[in-house]
Amino acid sequence: MHDLISTTALGGTEPQINTFPHVTITENDGVALASVAARMGHEKACHAALKKLLGAVPGPGRAQLHDPEAGFWMGPDQWMIGAPKASHELLADTLKDLLGDAASVTEQSGAWVCFDITGPAMPEMCERLCGVPIRQMQSGDAQRTVIHQLGCFVIRREADDHIRVFGPRASAATLHHALITAAKSVA
Amino acid sequence: MSQVNRLSGGQIDTGQTLQFKFDGKSFTGHTGDTLASALLANGVRLMGRSFKYHRPRGALTAGSEEPNALVELRSGARQEPNTRATTTELFDGLLANSQNKLGSLKFDLLSINDRFSNFLSAGFYYKTFMWPAAFWEKVYEPIIRNAAGLGSLSLQDDPDVYDKGFLHCDLLIIGAGPAGLAAALTAGRAGADVILADEDFRMGGRLNSETFALGDHSGADWADATVAELAALPNVRLMARTTVIGAFDHGIYGAVERVSDHLPTPEANKPRQILWRIYTKRTVLAAGAIERPIAFENNDRPGIMLGSALRTYANRFAVAADKRVAIFTNNDDGHRTAADLHARGVKIAAVVDVRPDAPRSTDYEVLHGEVVNTKGRLGLTFAEVRLGDGSTRTLECGALGMSGGWNPNVHMTCHQRGRPTWNNDIAAFVPGGELPPGMSVAGAANGDLSTAGALTGGVAATTAALKELGFKTKKHTLPQTEDAPVNLTPYWYVEGCKRAWLDQQNDVTVKDVQLSHQEGFRSVEHLKRYTTLGMATDQGKTSNMGGLAIMAELAGKTIPEVGTTIFRPPYTPTAIGVLAGRHTGQDFHPKRLTPSHKWATEQGAVFVEVGNWLRAQWFPRAGETTWRQSVDREVLATRKSVGVCDVTTLGKIDVQGADAAAFLNKVYCNGFAKLAVGKTRYGLMLREDGIAMDDGTAGRLAEDHFVVTTTTANALPVYRHMEFVRQCLFPDMDVQLISTTEAWAQYAVAGPNSRKLLEKIVDQDISNDAFPFMACMNTTVCGGLRARLFRISFSGELAYEIAVPTAYGDALMRKIIEAGAEFDVTPYGTEALGVMRIEKGHAAGNELNGTTTALNLGMGRMVSKAKDSIGSKLSEREGLNTADALAQVGIKPIDPNDPVPAGAHLMKADGPVDAAHDQGYATSACFSPNLGHAIAIGFLKDGANRMGEKMRLVSPLTGVDVNVEIVSAHFIDPEGERLRA
Amino acid sequence: MIIEHPLLGPRDSAEFTYMGDARLIDRPDASSETAARDFYEYGYLRENPAGWHDELWFHEAGDRSWLVVTRNTLTHEISKVEMARDVARSRGRSK
Repeated sequence: MHDLISTTALGGTEPQINTFPHVTITENDGVALASVAARMGHEKACHAALKKLLGAVPGPGRAQLHDPEAGFWMGPDQWMIGAPKASHELLADTLKDLLGDAASVTEQSGAWVCFDITGPAMPEMCERLCGVPIRQMQSGDAQRTVIHQLGCFVIRREADDHIRVFGPRASAATLHHALITAAKSVA
Repeated sequence: MSQVNRLSGGQIDTGQTLQFKFDGKSFTGHTGDTLASALLANGVRLMGRSFKYHRPRGALTAGSEEPNALVELRSGARQEPNTRATTTELFDGLLANSQNKLGSLKFDLLSINDRFSNFLSAGFYYKTFMWPAAFWEKVYEPIIRNAAGLGSLSLQDDPDVYDKGFLHCDLLIIGAGPAGLAAALTAGRAGADVILADEDFRMGGRLNSETFALGDHSGADWADATVAELAALPNVRLMARTTVIGAFDHGIYGAVERVSDHLPTPEANKPRQILWRIYTKRTVLAAGAIERPIAFENNDRPGIMLGSALRTYANRFAVAADKRVAIFTNNDDGHRTAADLHARGVKIAAVVDVRPDAPRSTDYEVLHGEVVNTKGRLGLTFAEVRLGDGSTRTLECGALGMSGGWNPNVHMTCHQRGRPTWNNDIAAFVPGGELPPGMSVAGAANGDLSTAGALTGGVAATTAALKELGFKTKKHTLPQTEDAPVNLTPYWYVEGCKRAWLDQQNDVTVKDVQLSHQEGFRSVEHLKRYTTLGMATDQGKTSNMGGLAIMAELAGKTIPEVGTTIFRPPYTPTAIGVLAGRHTGQDFHPKRLTPSHKWATEQGAVFVEVGNWLRAQWFPRAGETTWRQSVDREVLATRKSVGVCDVTTLGKIDVQGADAAAFLNKVYCNGFAKLAVGKTRYGLMLREDGIAMDDGTAGRLAEDHFVVTTTTANALPVYRHMEFVRQCLFPDMDVQLISTTEAWAQYAVAGPNSRKLLEKIVDQDISNDAFPFMACMNTTVCGGLRARLFRISFSGELAYEIAVPTAYGDALMRKIIEAGAEFDVTPYGTEALGVMRIEKGHAAGNELNGTTTALNLGMGRMVSKAKDSIGSKLSEREGLNTADALAQVGIKPIDPNDPVPAGAHLMKADGPVDAAHDQGYATSACFSPNLGHAIAIGFLKDGANRMGEKMRLVSPLTGVDVNVEIVSAHFIDPEGERLRA
Repeated sequence: MIIEHPLLGPRDSAEFTYMGDARLIDRPDASSETAARDFYEYGYLRENPAGWHDELWFHEAGDRSWLVVTRNTLTHEISKVEMARDVARSRGRSK
């Protein structure tokens, strides 16, 4: 075992939680991520493996909310797969073993910051942040969008008042600031 | 004197009395008042001075079309000029000041301009200030700048914040008057997602200003009940205080919501305003109509206003503009004003109607004639009337209502270059031609000027729009209401008048329009620019039609032949702050922090912005007083022992697939197909025109897996380019791309002791044999953490780049420092990085500057002839391959004390110094602590064959003229022995 | 503007990066005898129509697809949106 201690995207040792009267913003440091892109000519095999893993292959604009592995569509024949970091630190390796030549797998755990936003003011807050049609989105809808000039994924989770936002990790502080500003603005 | 002109009733809350100040004097008003209505209630008619002549002016209107009653609101940093008193919602403690005056509002010293009006007519500034030329900057401009303009700026930072937001709906309804409310009811009940936006703080539009009933209710009560029903519908979003400012492409609308303008200061953390971007499938424009004035001599005195405004003040705000009111009209609507005011106990001096067959009244006198002049220095006292029989009458009155007919609010229908069409029945432009796609128009905005027409129009437009969207609408019974026909004789100005104001905001008179025509300005757009008719904050909402009518008459054309000027967003003035939103100051753009940022901050690093990245520029140590001392130390320490630098910011792209190597062969001009697994190669990317685009390295981790790096600045464009090549040029290549820039923390460890240091961290053998120059591998560090190691060097030293997942970046940096303590490991920043790469002659952004080819960069032979790659064909062009093509060289000063600044140009030592004899230029320069003098790299014509030549490096602009020698760009270790050690 | 993405439906044009004439898909054959001329024309000669125009748009803040958007430059009307990859294949591009 190595002796290096990881930090969260916001730079701490523990994830940050910010609570407001109608909304809570939680830094989620517990997600391991890897992208999967089907190899040309191997799309069927890739789809089959993903279906086995996730229960279904997410189509454009959709996420498959599944345990322990979940996934969302990123682009044509490309998905992001997530799983609990505690149990799936080596998610990319596991996926590559599973998919073999059917897909290209790239570790993405370090590339993203993840925030869970919950609470009754979530839709109003979301409207101040980005152009996703938050009030029309259903559980499992996943949209790439721009928040404060940053390319982010917004995923509508099971609960009506819960979205998960993946943003570029290097800008975690900027994104966090934008989320808090919006939360205060609608509080 | 307290609210002497206050009537009873209206939609104000007399139980709530509000204190406010205007020009330092205290007044009271009530909740529901505007600043203008409260001032009128207090008998204050004079609210401002006009732009050019400084004429006393009062409110002309009761709405956002107001040209005159512009005031400065609030004080200190929140002082806001040019705010319309007619739309300013009164709050307790409101502070307002009149503007555009020298001295007091009543004794404005600049009103002298009015006496010299003959010199200030249309185009005066084009004519008057021509001579002498030298006077312009020193005399005329300062005087004009001082005199011109309306309000003044606080010159302090805006303390408020502004939000931006995004909304989606099936139907956007613009305007909550009778048509908009009927539309919203129809759509809301049908279950469509509806946004109803109105600029007013109270929805209802003209229903709040009129006395006629809708069924059993007053108009205002019906509006209230309707708004209440709509508010209860979850699918309807009511947005009062929200001005839709523009109709953009494909159903995108901009709207400004004034969240806090009716409060003394915004609540903590709340925005003052929000700029909404509304995505809608369909739009019903129900923006109503604006009444137009009639031009007559001295028609601009305080107290002279639109007839409809008099009704609004009386019926909605319970304010009589004065105790004695006269009306000047060309249509039946003027009589409605007289009847309403009479019913509220206001004395009607007379209704002057230009029509001989005007309706009579038993309640007040109706005169056939025209108002030909007025009196009253600071407010109307008398109106002179020329009767139909040629005799004259003088009417004593403190207010005069003008009713010239109504102009439908076609503004938004024209935002995509649509042009309105002329409707003779109401003598006005109505929406016509091509509307913005998805928009329909209802009610007065569509020329249906009756309340019944508005209701049915609103329902019809909505029903049709929803049908297209697949909604079923239920029929609902509309209340019985006013359905009067329009009875109007077009009448724009009184014959023979001169100083009769058309545009009160810009002081444009009938005479000015005539003068402009006389001087040959025949296009309506020219008229606007020459006279300023229809410019500034109100954009001519009350004035344009009068100008067009006069122009048409002079040109012997019809009004539609003359046409209108183009309507452009925004509909009403919009604060710059709300367009910026949250993107101001520190939040102007996002910051990207490297994994070692926290650690670097602890070290006291000085940061520099590189794109959005914050990179450590150097790490000052105690006793160092200049940046050069720090940078020189970092360079020397790295070359002597070992240094470490965060290079995470370099773009990283994961390239996988069976055709990954073939793909890289296309995007790089040099070959990659034969690169062995476990090896890294420098790659130069060209644009298709043969110019260098970017450079970096590609390491082959597996047969079908490469890791490509780009320069920090080009990470995004290179990725976009590679996707273009993949999707558009070679769509059947099996290759997959994804950015991993932020997935890995990557550190350069450079210097003769770099291997010894890394041997303490990397879990594998990294001896020169096991891991030679340009090797790469997946490995582990610190006892098992996955990592990538590349033996590449930008500094020219024995060097490695080591990468771990970002979350461990902070820990790895601390580990490197700890493990390197015995070698005095020195963190270095971007400056030292730059010095070392210049010493080594490595090209960077200054050299890959969008004008240079592989040949210029000394890499001409790298462009493979064996394969086709992007840019290879056009890089063969004759013009790019001349014998004297620029080539990269080193430049050193002959006197070691001289600087060799980048940007300076190379000239022959004995030749003329001018552009025609330019030989090349320096691109990157630094002080080399290893050589003890300044060095530069740059481009020189036929540079490879001019080593040792003595030249001049000049920059006439900055006074640089240095004798230099041309040398190899590889100042340090030209044989490259160190990096292979 | 709204671009009707073939996979994702209506998307704000602010999410896209514009590159211009979709003729850039038709990269000439470098082995042709007329390659020098062909590449010159490919690189430098463009139609600039006032009206319908096939354009390349990159969904940068989206799914990273290149699209061919048929847009009227006078009215901004968009009549057709296709995946550039499909267009490229239909024009005979492969590896």
